[in-house]
Parts: sequence; structure tokens; C-alpha cells
Amino acid sequence: MSTRLATGGRLLNKQKALNFSFNGKRLRGYEGDTLASALLANDQMLVGRSFKYHRPRGVVASGAEEPNGLVNLGAEGKFEPNQRVTTTELFEGLSAQSQNHWPSLEFDVGAINTHLSRFLPAGFYYKMFIHPRPLWKHVYEPIIRQSAGLGRAPKARDADTYEHFHFFCDVMVIGGGVAGLQAAKSAAATGAKVLLVEQTAHWGGRAPVDGGTVDGVPVENFVDQTVSELETMPNVILRKRLMGAGVYDHGYVLGYEQLRDHAPEKPGPRHRLWRIRAAHIVTATGAIERPLPFAGNDVPGVMLASAVRDYVVNYGVAAGDRTVVVTNNDDAYLTAFALKYAGLNVPVIVDARVLPEDSPAMEQAKALGIRVIMGHGLAKVQGTKRVTGVAICSQAGAGAVLEEIACDAVAMSGGWSPVVHLWSHCGGKLVWDDAQAHFRPDVDKAPTGADGQPFVTAAGAANGSLRLGDVLGDGDQAGKLAASAAGFKVKQTACPVGESTQEAPMVPVWLMPQGAGVELRSKAWLDYQNDVKVSDVQLAAQEGFESVEHAKRYTTLGMATDQGKLSNINGLATLAGALNASIPQVGTTTFRPPYTPISMGSIAGEARDAVFQPLRRTPMHDWHDANGADWEPVGHWRRPYCYQRAGESVNDAVMRETKNARENLGLLDASTLGKLIVKGPDAGKFLDMLYTNMMSTLKPGKCRYGLMCSENGFLIDDGVVARIDEDTFLCHTTTGGAERIHGHMEEWLQTEWWDWQVYVANVTEQYAQIAVVGPNARKALEKLGGMDVSKDALGFMEWADGELGGFRVRVYRISFSGELSYEIAVDAGQGQAFWDALMVVGHDLGVMPYGTEALHILRAEKGFIMIGDETDGTVIPQDLGLHWAISKKKEDFLGKRAQERSHMTDPDRWKLVGLETLSGAVLPDGAYAVGDGENANGQKNMIGRVTSSYYSPNLDKGIAMGLVLHGPDRMGDVIEFPGTNGATYKARIVDPVFYDTQGEKGNV
Amino acid sequence: MSDPVTALNGVSSDSGIATITGVPLQGMITLRGDLSAAAVKNAATGVAAVDMPGQGEANCVENRGICWMSPDELLVLCPYETVAANIEKMQQTLGIQHALVANVSDARASFRLGGPRAREVLAKLCPVDLSPGAFTPGMFRRTRMAQVPAAFWMRNADTFQIICFRSQARYVFDLLKISAQPGSEVHLYHA
Repeated sequence: MSTRLATGGRLLNKQKALNFSFNGKRLRGYEGDTLASALLANDQMLVGRSFKYHRPRGVVASGAEEPNGLVNLGAEGKFEPNQRVTTTELFEGLSAQSQNHWPSLEFDVGAINTHLSRFLPAGFYYKMFIHPRPLWKHVYEPIIRQSAGLGRAPKARDADTYEHFHFFCDVMVIGGGVAGLQAAKSAAATGAKVLLVEQTAHWGGRAPVDGGTVDGVPVENFVDQTVSELETMPNVILRKRLMGAGVYDHGYVLGYEQLRDHAPEKPGPRHRLWRIRAAHIVTATGAIERPLPFAGNDVPGVMLASAVRDYVVNYGVAAGDRTVVVTNNDDAYLTAFALKYAGLNVPVIVDARVLPEDSPAMEQAKALGIRVIMGHGLAKVQGTKRVTGVAICSQAGAGAVLEEIACDAVAMSGGWSPVVHLWSHCGGKLVWDDAQAHFRPDVDKAPTGADGQPFVTAAGAANGSLRLGDVLGDGDQAGKLAASAAGFKVKQTACPVGESTQEAPMVPVWLMPQGAGVELRSKAWLDYQNDVKVSDVQLAAQEGFESVEHAKRYTTLGMATDQGKLSNINGLATLAGALNASIPQVGTTTFRPPYTPISMGSIAGEARDAVFQPLRRTPMHDWHDANGADWEPVGHWRRPYCYQRAGESVNDAVMRETKNARENLGLLDASTLGKLIVKGPDAGKFLDMLYTNMMSTLKPGKCRYGLMCSENGFLIDDGVVARIDEDTFLCHTTTGGAERIHGHMEEWLQTEWWDWQVYVANVTEQYAQIAVVGPNARKALEKLGGMDVSKDALGFMEWADGELGGFRVRVYRISFSGELSYEIAVDAGQGQAFWDALMVVGHDLGVMPYGTEALHILRAEKGFIMIGDETDGTVIPQDLGLHWAISKKKEDFLGKRAQERSHMTDPDRWKLVGLETLSGAVLPDGAYAVGDGENANGQKNMIGRVTSSYYSPNLDKGIAMGLVLHGPDRMGDVIEFPGTNGATYKARIVDPVFYDTQGEKGNV
Repeated sequence: MSDPVTALNGVSSDSGIATITGVPLQGMITLRGDLSAAAVKNAATGVAAVDMPGQGEANCVENRGICWMSPDELLVLCPYETVAANIEKMQQTLGIQHALVANVSDARASFRLGGPRAREVLAKLCPVDLSPGAFTPGMFRRTRMAQVPAAFWMRNADTFQIICFRSQARYVFDLLKISAQPGSEVHLYHA
């Protein structure tokens, strides 16, 4: 059984006990515990059930690589699934639930799968559920979804806040172990600005547990001393609980800082995502111990040897009273020593190697009275929910049991794999190190920056330097290299000298025993989290999934939330064995960021709720809001769709507003329309190129409606251009077009016509613009008083500066409704006041504000096109009957040549017409008209589609516009539009101008 | 004529780790032209009464100043009520020089972000090196704040003046307030 020891626990504050709960059970730990150490201290070996077979699983590791110990943490708005117990720091009141079990962790029905495992091999789902096809969606998938998955998805809104932080430095060192500390120190000595980050709450990495000396003092003291030194340096920033999550191009690094996970009671954001630019990056990310593949290596109580000693030394927790150590290297002997020194029993060290003579570690073990047997392995582990013993066999054999030894924990070590993830994220290549049986960074193939030079350097264990003596030197060198790469002059400084004991070489073990039969292989786990065994990978190879990427997807090896941190090397070694290929030939799967999962909240940062999206508000926004505005998103703007009155439906409001603008007086907030000043001696020439019609002939004081096309001839924008003076034009764009057309103009001016004397400025937001529309429009302005707005003084398509009601205004007499209409621009800071003044003078004139839907109906009644309704990026002005706005005199304009291409001049292009249903009903927007015959796919031939469709309250019937094959030549014909409701609409082709065809209403 | 108002009319917040204050109406004039031309320089310096700034710089004194916006654009600051007269004066100075002068005072909103943590708050939103060694008074930066364009300079060692588009004033104020929430110190830059 696992228990808390009376002594030890270098990270604990035993003065402060903490209460927490696991599956509702109230337990106690200490400040400094991780959830894993606290659970083990309470003899909670079983922490979860596996993904596929629902096998009992316990904690395997002590750090970020943990595959089994995943829990649902917290509740409601603080709920989060798949939290690793080994990296979750204990806090008062922590509440955790184990995952993937039903009805309980101790008794799980799904565990039946483990007995069916021979029927659930790799690729089972692909093979089993492919036929019959329809059953997949409705039967198989729901059942599989029900039984799969680890944590639950959160349902409540996240109660926490998150943020980003942008940071720049010369050298970023990722990993605060001995190598990282030394790298930071040597880089900082050059004067470089250094950021050193460590994912855990402690400096020093494994060194304080593994021991050794530096310059004659214990390595733990060296760590403390180096941290103190770095803390006093003004050019060094040290951050704990900050993980280097990903390395990207141009020295960009994402750092994941966990601010409140260990102290949720404190105010402030929970996580902070650092967006770092570093000139050079040092990855001192350490190494991860590999499990050994033997039967029953997933039984709770079987742990990594390094984890077993971490728990003893760091947390004063024993995984068991009697721990069998099984290894292929000397490093695991440290675990036996740590256990022995803690007064615990190590019945035997099972060493798979056969060495000519005892290594120093073996000698030391024997001196401590520990039995060491060489050339042996574990045939299997006994026990189901926890280890009860091991069966020992010859490593060279097939697993015949030589001896059974009772124990309650197994510490295994299959060697160490450098954490090469961050090195690899941006293209760093790996080499296979035969002596240490692992992939390590290939220094000659580092990730390179824009200048072709490496921008990442690996250091320490992450670089394959596993011994303390090598680690320090490697870290020192990496720091200097990084600083030099960042442009700093490196001084020759002495590197501290580390000493560690002599070690005998390790011997790779990819299966234990090497001749294990199928029975044992199908109980030897590679990937704990996704339940992938040695037999599964071998089956994948046998079935032809030879590429490592294919085998990964077929077996799901390394595809779980731990991304195969423990399983990958063993898995691809198994694959290599099955393919009779070398390991480097098989290669690795791709390492992708983040290193461990980061919260979705941290990615979103501040962007939620009120600031999820930047809403744009006009100067009259608050007034609209207070007066019943039903909002419509238009780009990032919010525009009133209509102004709803008490007891009125949205449709009622639209009808009322549409009628009122024709009968009395309507006000429209048109501030969102783009306003671009185009100025310079070549401004006229420039606009002639941008618009299809002639703008250079426009007289100052006059306005002209213009169309803008892309180089390919398609309509991209429209609007009214006013000539302000000889050199200056003001171009109105659509609401969504302001920034886009501004950019379009700048692009042409900067890249093509850079020698033309033209400047453009976007003054959209300088003005509040209000359309005053309807038969009473002039009366309202005359009541305000100031400038002359009579027909003679300010004719249609003219503009004038002046004063109205004491406001300085620019009045454009333009109309998008067909009514007598003025668009009046005032400085934005006076927009609301001017609106208020119009509402006052309009009171006796039947004034009503109207929204975008009334605007749409009014323009449709007049047959005016709308960019985005009648156009969709494939429509040219000629399709819309706008020939009158396309200059024939101009030698060139953007789109001219494209519009002369054969397809553009094809008489079969669909053309704009009006559509009127025979019944007076409203045509469904977007509906297609069908003609005779069928196409090659057996579908009815299409001959047109509806582009705009409304109910017109002024005409009391449905009106529509559409693009129809030979439409303008078929006036009066009736065509059919099948609806989606089974009904077919019959509509007559008519002129698109439905209302006031002679234009008398505006001509007053 | 009614009294003009800013987008958020005197909004402020001092509940977090930095103070945020809406700036009263500020005269702003866009000047586009050849920045090496004497007439262009004189047009700007003549109304702002400060020297021409270099690339990426701002020369500001109280509510007058010149900010370098791009290789062919300046932002001239002056008291709000003098904008019309100053535009007139600039046009005269420019004479026949090809240039564009536009009043953008109402197109923008301005905020002051102050306090020893102001750098940290801004660095949460802008991809800019805001360490005291990298960004100092006298510099000017056009960048983005979260999802919108913005520009800023430092009025003094711990106060930033931020300009954004008027329609996005509420968004920018909310951003600053959230980024200055209590307990969100980065403990990195100490003014």
C-alpha cells in the first residue's frame, strides 16, 4: 500500500495541512503536494479507468508525461476535465472526480471490455462498423461515443478570466533545471535580456532528487545559489509555473502561465498566455523516463522508477512497502537507494542487462543488501487493482516463470528519452543515439529562421546529455551560443563542474521478456491512455500500416491527451521490430504544439462576453438602443434593423417605417457608409480608373453614382461620389466597403500608380450622416433654418456646405429611396444633438426613424441594386442593366478588359429583372427558377434566381428582383420557382422599378 | 451649434491596476504629403509649435504635437476648438504643394492609461515591446489593441495616451478595464 512517510518530503510544508476530496471522499494532504502525491499518501492507488478496456489505472509518473492520472476537477464554472494529477498542485478544498467509469471507479461495468480485448484489436472500429453503411450514423456512432472519451465536457460558462501578454527578449530559456539555469546564467553574462521559464513550481528539475555535486557542493545548493544570482540580475526574468507550449517561426514562442490554479481564491486571471518573440531559444526541457513493455505493466502500483523516487524524496510518499525495481540501466538504481534510505524494502532489482562485471551502482546496491539479478525480466505483474507481486523470468526467454516475489509496487525504467518536442515544433531534426537508445536533437539540423541560421539550441538532458557533468557544460555552452546568435559578445567564463557516478551503458529493451508470446504481448501496454499494446502495433504492421504515421492512426498510439510522451519511442521500436527495420528508419511521428494541453480560455484571452468581438457603434447608437432598435450586424457595426414600439412585432415596425418614409418623414442613421477623401492633381484620373463611369468630368458641387469593379470585372462596391473642389473628391462606399475600398485604393496607388499625385484618407468616422427622407424632408430642414435647400438652390445630385439649426453641415441631395431626400453630414461629436434637433422639428411632420430593412424595401421598390444582394462576386454591372454607368469613352478602367471577355459578353448570362408573383405572395429569397429539361445529373435546369425579395407595404404585394436567363427579353413571361415548402411560386417577369416609375416623387 | 461630445463622454476607471481616463475632445488633423518638403514640415510645425518628429516618434506638449504615422503621413494635434483655423493656416502654408489635410478629431477616441502598471496592461493587448528600455516617451506606435487598430505614445514615464477609432471606443475602454483587472499584475515592469 502507498503511504506518507514520517520523514522526507523536501517540497512539503507539513505545518499546513490541506483538505481535498476525491470522488466525494474527504482526504488530507500538505501544502506543496501535487494531487498525485496527496492521493498516494492516502493510499489511493486507483485513480481512473482506461479509455478502451476500462482497466484500473494508477499514477505512473510524477510530471507532465502522466498518462493515467486524469481527473475532472472542480464544479460548475470551475469545472475542467482531463487534469493531470501529477501537475495539479494541491489547494484547500480541491475537488476531483475520476473519469471514464460507470457506475463507480471501484466497480466498472465497462471493464468487461478487457475480457473482450481479443475481439477488440487495433482497427476494430474500422473493420467492424463499416457495414452496413447507414447503421454507422444512427447506431454505431452514438454507442461508441457513449462509451468513449475520458473527461466530461464542461457545461457551465467558465467563471475564470484569462489574458495574453506580449513579451520580447534576446534569449528565452525553456526549462528551469540545471541545464536551463546554467544556460540562462551564461547567456545573461553577455548582457542579453534573458527569460527563463519553468513549467513546475520549483527550480532545479530532477537534479535535487537525483543528487550529485557541483564544484564539490550538493547540486541542490548549486540550484539555490544560481537562482539567487539570476534573481539579482536586471536583465534576467525568471518565471515559474510557465510552460513553453510551442515554438513557431521567427522565434515566436507561446508560454502558458498558470497563475491561479494553485491558489484559486486569489483575484485576477487564471491563465496568461505569453506571446514571446525571442532572438534565440534554448530548450532545456529535460528527459522523460520510458516504461518497460512487460505483461501487466499497467496495474496500479507499477510506476516509473524516477517517479517512485520523486514521491519519496519530494513528497515523503512511498508507493509501496516492498518495491521491485526492474530496469535496463543504472539510473533506476537511484530509486532503490532512495527507497532503502527511506527505510523501505526493495526485495530485488531485476536488471535485464548481462554485464561482464558489476557497475558501481550494482556494487552499491549489493553493499546496501539489495538482491540484484542480471539478465532477468518480469514475466508478468500479479494483481488487478493493485500490484500484489511479480513473476520473474529470463529476459532472453519466452517468459517461463522462475520465481514469484510478493511486492506492492514496481519501479520500472526503460531508459530516458530527451524531451525534443519544442526543438521539433519548428522543424528541428533528430538523430538516433544508439548508445542511449533514444532520439536526440541533431545539432546540424536545427530549426532555422529567416536568415537560414538556427534559432533554437537544445541543452542538457533535452540534448541527450543525461549525466550531471555533461548537463552543466552543455547548458553553459547553449547559453553562450544563444547569446552569440542574438548578437551579444560572449566572454570566456568558467563553467561549474558537475560530478556524477560512473554508469554502465544501458541496453535497450523493447519487449520483456524478449521472446514473450502473444498472451504476454497482449498484456504489455505501450500507450496507457489509449490502451495500445505491443500486440496492437504488431498487428498494424502485419496488416500493412507500415508508415509510423499510419500505424499511429490505426492503433491510436500516441493520440491521447498525453500525445504519447511515454509510449512513442517504445511504440515505434515495436513497429521497427515488426517491420524488421531500424528505429531511425521508422522515424517519429510529428511533434506539434502545445507540449501539454493548454486551456481554451488562455487561447481566447480577453476575447469573451462584451469584448468577444469589437462592436462598432455610431454616434447615435445609444439613442437607437433606447428607442427600440432591433439590431442587425453589418460587418462589425450594429445598425438598427427597425425600431420596435411597444406591442409591435419586428415586421409591423418595418411596415410602419417603410410606409412612413414615403408618406411623411423618415430618418436613417447612415453614418456607417464609408467616406473616403481622394485628393491631388491626379485624383480625377485615378477615380476614372477605379469607377466604371467617368468621374473626372464631374463639376465641383455635384454628385455622381458610381460602380467599382475588380480587375476581373466583377462588381465590388458602389456609392455616390461628390466633387469637393478641383483636386478633391469624396467617395461614399458601402458600410462593409469603407476599409476594403480604402485598402484597394492604397494598393493601386502604392504598387501600380505610385507616380500619380493622389492621397487618400478614410474619414468615415469623422461624420455622423443622417438621411432625411420623404415628402416632408425639405420642410423639416427649413424649420431648422440656415441654408437654402430649395429645389433651385440644391438640386438633385448636388451638395452644399452650410448651417442647419446652428450646426455646421454638408448636405448631399441624394436618394436611395426615390423620395425627396437629403443626406446630411455633421461632425460625429454633434451627431446625436443634430439627430435630436431633427426629431424635434420633425415632430409635427410625422417623423420616424427607420432601420435597414425599411431602407432595403424602399430601394427595392425603386429597383436600386444592393451590393451583396444583387451581387455576389460573380456579377458584372452589365448583368444588372447598369450599362448607363459604364463609360464607353474611357480608354481603360479596372474591370474593362475583363468585361470584354467572351464569357462576360455571353448573351446567356442571367440578367436583372423584376419579379411579381401572380398571387401577390412574397417569393422566397434565394429561390431558383426552373426551366425545361434536366441537366447531366438529372436535376431540373435552372434559369434564374431571386436576389432580393420583400413585401412592399406601399404597393401591398410581394416584390422581388432576380437574375434570369434572357430575363429582359422575356417581359411578361411567367416562370416557376419551387419553394422549399413543397409549394411552387409562379412569378411574372417585370421591370425592376415597381414604384414611381417616372421618378416624380424625388423631383420636387 | 451644440457642444460636441466624445464617444464615451468622460468615462474613467481606477478600480484596477492602472487608471483609465477618457480624454476630452482633442483636435487631430491628418496631413499626408512628402514629409521632406519644407511646406509640409512648416504646415505641421506652424500649427503644432513643436519640432518635426523622426520616424516612429511623437513630439507632444500638452494638447499640441506632431505624431509620425507613416513615411507620408503625420497626425497634427492641437486644441479642438482651433482645428478649423489651423486647417486653414496649414492649407495656406502648403500653397500649391501636393498634400491632403483632413480633420479627424471626431473620428477618434482617446484614452489615458496611467500608473506603474500601465506598461503591463498595454502589453497584454498590443504586440509591442513595452519594456522600459524599449518604449520610451517620445516614441509613437501604430499597432493593434486586441482586434482593432490603435496608436499610442507616452505623455510621461508612466502614462500612455491611446488613440482608437471613435466607433470602437467602448470596445477599447472595456479591453483596458479587463486588462487592468485587480490581481492581474505581471510583476515585470516597474516604472
